[in-house]
This record gives sequence, C-alpha cells and structure tokens, in this order.
Amino acid sequence: MSLHAEIELTRGDLDAQVSLEVPAGQVVALIGPNGAGKSTVLDVLAGLLRPQAGRVVLDDIVLDDVAGDVHVRSQDRRVGIVVQDYLLFPRLNVLENVAFGLRARGVARAEARARAREWLRRMDLLGYERRRPASLSGGQAQRVALARALIVEPRLLLLDEPLAALDAGTRPAVRAQLRRHLAGYDGCAVVVTHDPLEAMVLGDRMVVIERGRVVQEGTPAEVAGRPRTEYVARLVGLNLLRATATGRVAEVSRSGDGAADGTASVTLAHDAHGPVHIAFAPAAVTLSPTRPDGSARNVWPVTVHDVEAHGDLVRVTATGAVSVLADVTPLAVADLDLAPGAQVWASVKASEISVYPA
Amino acid sequence: MVLLVPSLLGLALLVLPMAGLLVRAPWGRLPAILSSADVLTAVRLSLVTATVATVVCLVCGVPIAWVLARTAWPGRSLLRGVVTVPLVLPPVIGGIALLMAFGRRGVVGGWLDETFGVSLPFTTAGVVMAQAFVAMPFLVVAVEGALRTSDRRYDDVAATLGASAWTTFRRVTLPSVAPGVLAGAVLCWARALGEFGATVTFAGSFPGTTRTLPLEAYVAIGSGDTDTAIVLSLLMIVVSVGILVGLRRHWVGTA
Repeated sequence: MSLHAEIELTRGDLDAQVSLEVPAGQVVALIGPNGAGKSTVLDVLAGLLRPQAGRVVLDDIVLDDVAGDVHVRSQDRRVGIVVQDYLLFPRLNVLENVAFGLRARGVARAEARARAREWLRRMDLLGYERRRPASLSGGQAQRVALARALIVEPRLLLLDEPLAALDAGTRPAVRAQLRRHLAGYDGCAVVVTHDPLEAMVLGDRMVVIERGRVVQEGTPAEVAGRPRTEYVARLVGLNLLRATATGRVAEVSRSGDGAADGTASVTLAHDAHGPVHIAFAPAAVTLSPTRPDGSARNVWPVTVHDVEAHGDLVRVTATGAVSVLADVTPLAVADLDLAPGAQVWASVKASEISVYPA
Repeated sequence: MVLLVPSLLGLALLVLPMAGLLVRAPWGRLPAILSSADVLTAVRLSLVTATVATVVCLVCGVPIAWVLARTAWPGRSLLRGVVTVPLVLPPVIGGIALLMAFGRRGVVGGWLDETFGVSLPFTTAGVVMAQAFVAMPFLVVAVEGALRTSDRRYDDVAATLGASAWTTFRRVTLPSVAPGVLAGAVLCWARALGEFGATVTFAGSFPGTTRTLPLEAYVAIGSGDTDTAIVLSLLMIVVSVGILVGLRRHWVGTA
C-alpha cells in the first residue's frame, strides 16, 4: 500500500523528471524553489495533468501509465487535494462543501450531511455548518478544505502550500493542528511547500526538487544535517562547500563539477577521500580583523558583501576564496566595522565542520 | 469647448426624441390606450415570446458560452464569430436568412413541412425564433465573460472529489457564474422584447400571433394612430431604462 510515481513532463521552461515513493501513512514534504516543478508533480498525481512519460501507481492501482496508454481521470482516483487558497465552493455553505464529495459519489443527502457533520466535529468546527466560506478565518477554511478532501477517504492526500495563505501569527497553531490531522491519516500524503520549517514539521521525509529533478531526499534530520546543494544548504541555514579530500586536507572547488581549482583548502578533523561535501553552521564562523593563529583552524581572507539582522545575531555574507555566511554578535559588527567592502579573516575550527561524501 | 459642443449635440440627439415623446404623450388617454384590446394582446404576446426566447437562449447559449470559455480547439474562434454575427447583422437580413432556412421552401423548412407538416414562418414560434436569433449573442457574450473570470481550479477540486463534468457544471460552475447568467438573460430578454426587423420579415405582423409590441407601434404610426404609437414607445422606453438601471446596479454592486 503506497504511492509509486515516475513522472516525466516538459511544460514551458520546466523539464521535470521526478520519481517519488510514499509508503502508506507517511507524509512526504516536497520542497523546492518556485518553478522547480512541485505543483506540476502534484497536478499529475491528482490526474489533472497527464505526464509525457512514466507511471503513477497508488495501492497497486495504475493511475497513469503512458506506455500502456492508461490515464485514470481525477474523478475516478481516490485522491484529495487541499490548496493554498482552499478553493471552498463560495456558493455552498460549510456543511455542503464538506458533503460535496459524498453527494457527487451518489451518497444520499441525509447520510452525506450526517457524515459531514461528523467531520466538522472532528475538525472542531461544529456550529459553522451554515456559514459561507467567505466568513471563515484562514485556519477554519483550511480545516473545512481538509475535511472536504478527507471525507471521501482518499488513498492519497495532496496539500499544495497549505499554510502559505495564513498570516504569520496563526501559522504555528494551524501547522501543529495540520500535523495532528496528518498523523491520524493512514493514506499517503504529499505536502508541497517552499518553507523548510513547514517541510520539517509536517514531513516524515523530505524530497527536494530543483529545476525538475530530485536533488536530495531523506528524513528532515538527514537533509538538515547534510545538505547536498546550495539551495538546500540555504534552506537549512548551513554553509556548504564542495571539495576533493585527500586525508586531512580537502581542496575546495567552486565550480559545480567538484574539480579542485586551487583557491582554498580546508583542514579536516578526520581522514576523508574523494569528492566530499563540507558543511558548517554560520555560528561556527569567526570573523577577525587580522589572521588568527591556532591549530586545526581553517582561515580564509574574505570581503564582506552584506550585513543583516538575524535573530539576536547579525548574519554576514562574505565572499573570497570561499563564500561564507557568518553569524556574529552586534558587538563584533561594531568592533570589526563590518560594512560591505570590509576585508576580514573568516575562520572555522576543523571540529565544527561536518564532512560527508558528495 | 472643443469637446463640450459635440458632446452636448450628441446628448441632444439622444435625449430630444425621448423628450419629444414625453411632450406629445396623450397623458389623458394613457389608461384607455394601454387597456385597449389590441395593445393588451401585443403586450401579452411580447411578454410570452420574449420570455420563451430567453429560455431558448439560456438552454442553448449557456452551453455555447461554456464551450467558448472552457475548451480549446481550432474551430473555436469561428464559432465565436458565428455566434456574435447577429450583433452586427441588420435584423431584417437575419429575418431573410431565417426564411431561407426555415421558410416553406427553405433548406430545413421544406423538410420540416414534408416530414412533420410543421411550418414555422408567420407563426408565434417563428417570432420566438427571430427573437432568439437576434438576442442569443447578448447572453452568450455575458456568460462567456463570467465563465472566463471564474476560477477553473474549482472545477479541478470538484473533479478530485469525484464529481462528473455535469455535476461540476451544475453545482460549482453554474452557481459561480449565476450573476453573469442573470445579467445576460435580462439583456437577452430586453433585446428579444424590442426585436422588430427579423420578426416582421420572418413572422409577419398578424394581430394576436406575431404582432409584438414594436410591430404594434409601427402599425399604429403607419395607420395615423400617433397616440397609440407614442404610448407604446414610452412603454418600451420605460422597460429598457428600468432594465439598464437594474443591471447597472448589479454591475456596480459586483465591481
């Protein structure tokens, strides 16, 4: 019982080749920058878009098989969707919205309404039956949309940026609620988001896509600890370098192919060999006006590019032999006179660096 | 000044005729004329035919609008052209075209006559056809516009909930464009009510069966009964202005 999808589709600038496995009961967070193909994948899974090649199989039922010319229409798939702006039918009240799927599948009106009321109870929305969608708050509308999707017992639940329309104040509470509801759902769920926190809270597993390709997947902890692309590193707030290691030394490469270009090297705490990723937290980076001494320290001369507030600290973007993000105290900013253009030394202890094969 | 003079002239061209009607109106005889048998017959015929024509336009026009707004195929722009032709065609030409198609010697009319013994020209059904021919575009254009601005993703959501295309259309799409359909239907009805050229050409002017209000007014002025013509004209103007004011409120209200 699971979702198995291999999708190939070219549409406009997007050339997508994505394969996705979701065991029943698991929530996969599909994360990626705008235009990476997340929504396209979702549309294919929902049956709203036909892939140009590939297969989609849900619970051993083939929904799409391009080679075999199989395409099951949306209305015949057991798939539910919840989208960013919820799309509750504006002319139907809350109860009719939730009962819609049952009515469409031929369930008698009285029974459909009774079951819809039960779902409203589960969603803490009793008393809202006769309200129009326009009069609901964002969080309430989202729960109605979720109830409307779940009442027909879909085997695959698709959520497209389910929290994006909420204001920052209500988002944490709704996110926690959504997580609870997803935990109680026994089908496969795919959540599309561009917010790493949302992906980590809601997803049992993260799948990162960029430019139509899966670039990394794993548990949130794996992805957060060992980013494999610049985009993922930025998402999880780590510095990421690609390098070629020989023992305790790794030569950094700034080109994408991993070839060392001799501009910088990194001292490692442990032996490593071959192409590696090197990750370290911005808080592990120290900025100094002069070249610091000390053993097992990596030191690079850099030029400050940008300075901005980041929580209680100040995040400094610096470029040079390597590009680094550094989190420093406001006091250090004043002491070092860290304005764009300032020349400083960036250093990181070897013990603060995490190294893993590329 | 350069803009003011022509605009005042234009306004005079529009307002003076109506003012003339008001000035020349036989106010004292108004109730008597309005309740005369001929006028009542024409009013009743007009109300019935315009309403039936509107229903015909709704039944045929809403699906046409849906096809125009929601499907993509090569012949679509041709279809749109065909549907909107009556907007610019002189109604008399429309009447002639109807005669050529549905007249007793027409392409379809001859077959209808031979097969079923049905003859449409110069009947009340012919009036409805003439009115529907001329008024259909008003409905189609209004509904197509409403469909284009309504969000298609609602249809997608309905489909994932298991709704067939027909259920989706009936329960989701149609309710969301209901204001547009209503506005289109009202315009359509007003146009059908005022129809003259196609009606007189295709259906003639027989009291009680095909002589609608505008035809009655034309007959009155032709036979020298100016008072009746004026009263009927005022009646039509009141209905038209009332509809425009009502629709304006609808449009301003939803804008």
